[in-house]
Amino acid sequence: MLLQVEDLHVTYDTVYGTLNALNGVNLSIEEGETVALVGESGSGKSTLGLSIVRLLPPNGRYSKGSIVLNGKNVVSLSGSEVRRMRGTDVFMVFQDPLNTLNPVKRVSTQVLEALAVRAKKENKAFDQREGISEAIEKFKDVRLPDPEVLIHRYPHQLSGGQIQRVVIAIGLLLKPKLFIADEPTSALDVTIQAQVLKLLNSLKSEYKMSVIFITHDISVAYVIADRFAVLYGGEVSEIGEVSKVVKSPLHPYTKALIESIPKRSRKEGELVAIPGSPPNMLSPPTGCKFHPRCPYVMDVCRTENPPYTEADERTLRCWLYERPPT
Amino acid sequence: MKKGLLDSILRTKVPIIRAVEVPHLAIAGGEVLALVGESGSGKTTLGRLLVTLEKPTSGEIYFHGERVKGRRAVMGLRRKVQMVFQNPADSLDPRMSVKGIVTEPLTTKGLSRREREGQFESALSLVGLDSSTFAERRSRDLSGGQRQRVAVARAIISSPEFVVLDEPTSALDASVQSQVLNLLARIHDQLGFTYLFITHNIAIARYIADTVAVMYAGQIVEIGPAQQVLSKPKHPYTQALFSSVPSLDRKEVAPPTGEVPSLVNLPKGCRFNPRCPYAMEVCRTTDPPFFDVDGEQAACWLYK
Repeated sequence: MLLQVEDLHVTYDTVYGTLNALNGVNLSIEEGETVALVGESGSGKSTLGLSIVRLLPPNGRYSKGSIVLNGKNVVSLSGSEVRRMRGTDVFMVFQDPLNTLNPVKRVSTQVLEALAVRAKKENKAFDQREGISEAIEKFKDVRLPDPEVLIHRYPHQLSGGQIQRVVIAIGLLLKPKLFIADEPTSALDVTIQAQVLKLLNSLKSEYKMSVIFITHDISVAYVIADRFAVLYGGEVSEIGEVSKVVKSPLHPYTKALIESIPKRSRKEGELVAIPGSPPNMLSPPTGCKFHPRCPYVMDVCRTENPPYTEADERTLRCWLYERPPT
Repeated sequence: MKKGLLDSILRTKVPIIRAVEVPHLAIAGGEVLALVGESGSGKTTLGRLLVTLEKPTSGEIYFHGERVKGRRAVMGLRRKVQMVFQNPADSLDPRMSVKGIVTEPLTTKGLSRREREGQFESALSLVGLDSSTFAERRSRDLSGGQRQRVAVARAIISSPEFVVLDEPTSALDASVQSQVLNLLARIHDQLGFTYLFITHNIAIARYIADTVAVMYAGQIVEIGPAQQVLSKPKHPYTQALFSSVPSLDRKEVAPPTGEVPSLVNLPKGCRFNPRCPYAMEVCRTTDPPFFDVDGEQAACWLYK
């Protein structure tokens, strides 16, 4: 097991009080496996990604639980151990590619910086010219056009799709065991998004990386992932193999999410809509977080949060599937 | 709406960006036309041109058969058109109450206070909000879905004939998006407005539209009945666009190679030719006109 997150609780201190961003998240990832974290804004999907790389904002706190990545508990690592972990064990790509690279440095400088770090970690001498040619090779891997020219450009001279590919190439140069991508394609156009998705799919098998792919779009997740983890209100509501979840979603939230994708014309009937809006995590509902919007709500849902249950080869949190105590 | 200083400087000094070139586009009364395309394809600019937020460099716009030209005609048109913008957090004045925002389009109509109240109540009930609860709230007190409902209420209160909706649901969460789409469909069927629905989301176009127009690099490349265009796309760009869209029906995406050309430096001939798998000699030299194929129109030499 490469990554094992257990009973993770993360809170943010805000002026309005304590916000419980993650409430007991369990997640495990095998080597070479791709898991998509799917959820709406405020569901905690980005917080989960950030807590794995120890990049929570200053007001964020790990209040409970553990994250074991490659045998080390991320939560309790020292500062220098965390720096060693980033880049070697884990690499993260963020949503807005334009904010990821330094705008006043050439692409080449920024790529060499990453290579210098890698060389230092491996206790190897670092040669700039070799570095550049290695980078150009990687740029070819990620299908960047004219890599020899492009590497000497500044970020503003590249398109969004190109920058995102540069960042992915930097990630590949570092050869991380776990690659976390937080909405890496949401700022891109559909055709460029498709190019990046296709690229990630082929790189996954080529480099045998594990990938955590964070997205709000369940169709994007379906293209890229082996397993889905659907997040709602800072909890994993359902986790399982993608085609199983898509064909027969069990959790009412997953069900509604899949049914709400428009498939037909309005003349053939209204869309299935989930009433209400996602919970405010400063004052979340009692019991199951989804109960105010759930069509199958029962009395127990209003007061007790459901535990993790196994059903039909997946794990979920819903009272509908909880076996009655024997 | 006034143009910002930077906008007017940029727009007047760089006229060489050929943002939109549409030889002909007609929208029938009561129709829902979806404009589909990627960013930079000109769909928003075309929408803004039609509600006179933007002035065409050349060309004419007719409303009910009459040319929209001169201040009086423009002002007359503006009373009959409305626009809903993508991000309701930006398009609603944070200092105004919901009531102030929604009733503002009525100011020019010279209505009494009671008439305004009445229209406010019916507009809010149409978008599914309780008028007494929301009247005095500000934009910051509302959720994303509620904000967009308020923006829709503002657009429909003056009973416009034509509403341009620019990506009205793309800033919303998936579970809220379908509520707003249902609402827009219901309002259309009840009040018989004409919609120009701008979206990059094919599934949404399929749900809402009667007619679909696909834009690429400032031009409409294909237009026809929604069912037809979406199930059997004719133009190679439309085909490439649709196979790029991730869907729960298949595990693969098949994107076209290359990127959208810069509008300052457009390729010669058909604008899609450098990325087109079927590119022929004629495509590299001459911009294709519209050809009729199976009840729709495609700007592609393949259908000559």
